[in-house]
Amino acid sequence: MRPLTEEETKVFFEKLANYIGRNITHLIDRKDEPYCFRLHRDRVYYVSEAIMRRATSVARDNLASLGICFGKFTKTGKFRLQITALEYIAQYAKYKVWIKPNGEMPYLYGNHVVKAHLGRITEDTPEHQGVVIYSMADTPLGFGVTARSTADTRKLDPTAIVVFHQADIGEYLRQEDTLL
Amino acid sequence: MTVSKLDEFDASDLEEDEDEDEDEEDEDEDEDEYMDSDEIDEDETLTFEEKAKRHERKRRRDERLAEEELQTNIQDQEHFSLPTTEELMQEQEQPPDLTAIHQRIHEVARVLANFSQLRDGTSSRADYVQQFIRDLCAYFGYSEFLMAKLFDLFQVSELLEFLEANETPRPITIRTNTLKTRRRDLAQSLISRGVNLDPVGKWSKVGLQVFDSPVPIGATPEYLAGHYMIQAASSFLPVMALAPREHERILDMAAAPGGKTTYIAALTKNTGCVFANDANKDRLKSLVANIHRLGARNVVVSNYDGREFPGIIGGFDRVLLDSPCSGTGVIAKDPSVKLNKTEQDFKLLSQIQKELILSAIDSVDANSATGGYIVYSTCSITVEENEDVVNYALRKRPNVKLVETGLSFGVEGFVNYRGKAFHPSLAMTRRYYPHTHNMDGFYVAKLRKTSNTFKATSKED
Repeated sequence: MRPLTEEETKVFFEKLANYIGRNITHLIDRKDEPYCFRLHRDRVYYVSEAIMRRATSVARDNLASLGICFGKFTKTGKFRLQITALEYIAQYAKYKVWIKPNGEMPYLYGNHVVKAHLGRITEDTPEHQGVVIYSMADTPLGFGVTARSTADTRKLDPTAIVVFHQADIGEYLRQEDTLL
Repeated sequence: MTVSKLDEFDASDLEEDEDEDEDEEDEDEDEDEYMDSDEIDEDETLTFEEKAKRHERKRRRDERLAEEELQTNIQDQEHFSLPTTEELMQEQEQPPDLTAIHQRIHEVARVLANFSQLRDGTSSRADYVQQFIRDLCAYFGYSEFLMAKLFDLFQVSELLEFLEANETPRPITIRTNTLKTRRRDLAQSLISRGVNLDPVGKWSKVGLQVFDSPVPIGATPEYLAGHYMIQAASSFLPVMALAPREHERILDMAAAPGGKTTYIAALTKNTGCVFANDANKDRLKSLVANIHRLGARNVVVSNYDGREFPGIIGGFDRVLLDSPCSGTGVIAKDPSVKLNKTEQDFKLLSQIQKELILSAIDSVDANSATGGYIVYSTCSITVEENEDVVNYALRKRPNVKLVETGLSFGVEGFVNYRGKAFHPSLAMTRRYYPHTHNMDGFYVAKLRKTSNTFKATSKED
């Protein structure tokens, strides 16, 4: 467990900014309690400093997780955001997409969001923008990247893809072994 | 005519003895004639009535005879005698006749319940018990060793109830994750998916019992979003007994798969710090996944043998030790326990449990402002894994004492068991059985640490 290097921080924040933009500052400067990002076995954890200090007494080999895992660095040095980060991303997301009830299950099985399932979308979402996907009952289901801007989606036919799938909460079942 | 006749013969008359009736009959007829003299087809009616009466009399006689016959049958049965050795040898050669065994189980159970009157002169109680255990093993498929253990634990009739209860699954229960939703909202959204559910009972504000569901209850969008956890009703109990408060440091010594850990995190509202430890690396995956799914942010997951605490970190406000156990309380869930547990396993397990409970006690800070509590629980019902372990801890650590669990129901723990006398305060611990509480067999004990130092006891152990 160690703090992120400058290089890692840059890669990580670039990725995160794609979803929550400048709201990253809310994660770093919290009013209630100081929080920090820590790297442990290629994974980035977001945890309060008090808990982090306590966790230092656990040996590296025996520490499995602390706080909330945001994702992991691949072997090539890229950062991959994981579904476990959804709670924080959803809290600060700038652009959101809501899908209709009949689109929930297809999305939770790992499919892209098609136009027919699109319920609502934040106005003026640009193309290739990271978005958080919600059900119509405002439960966050996952996140992805828009295929078209909001204006362009209006002209699409019902089977066209609107949001590319990146992560969904169905992964807790499908990929429990590789997730963490 | 007929109407008046019926009036006279009301229900109470019918129940009277017939002998009287026969004598009275003539008088009755006279009266009738007198009363309804203007009736024309009197004779005809009389014959009808007489026939009816005769028929009625015959019916009653038959009933009485049948009753007597039944009584004699029972009398015959009362002289039930055990099968001889030859009969048993013969029985073993043939495939087991389950109905015959079942009948014998009930007969022996009846004899054992009233032994002095129903025994046959020759066999001793031990013979009956031996046959009883052998039959139960054959019928329910247990090992004789485990059955003998269970026989010591229950009365005969209760043992039968317990074994029957183990053949049927317990109801599925789910726990609302109060970090993400409320029980009413969760129930509403599940009902809209066609799930049939009810609150689990007055004792829990977060539990829901699922009767049937058209969708898999472990794969609904609500489940994936972390709104609930599938968790046996019995595993709510140790956390309720622990009663964690906000801003406390809590240790869960055997945490996987995380049902109790996330319940603790929910009760502390993500404040303070929860250390979740499990010795099994493979089970950590589900533990970590559940912690993230349910949104518990204050958890540190470690992979140690629980006995290494407090060497790693100590000074906790509360410690939950849901100890590894033989699983004799969850036979309905895992029937392999019936056969694969040997005496060696029980010895080994209770040894580990005793070491773990001492580690748990030593990891607690007695000077904690709010806490200083240890909860010990197992999903087993045997005494050597429960009362015996707690009693051992009380002896080894004079700086702890038992306190009330705060649970509103459950059977008191044993204070005496087969000649062993435990500390009287063990009555404050609680036992749960599948046949009485309709949840898995369980044991919960709550201890309070009074000081961080103690004098070693002089007793030899």
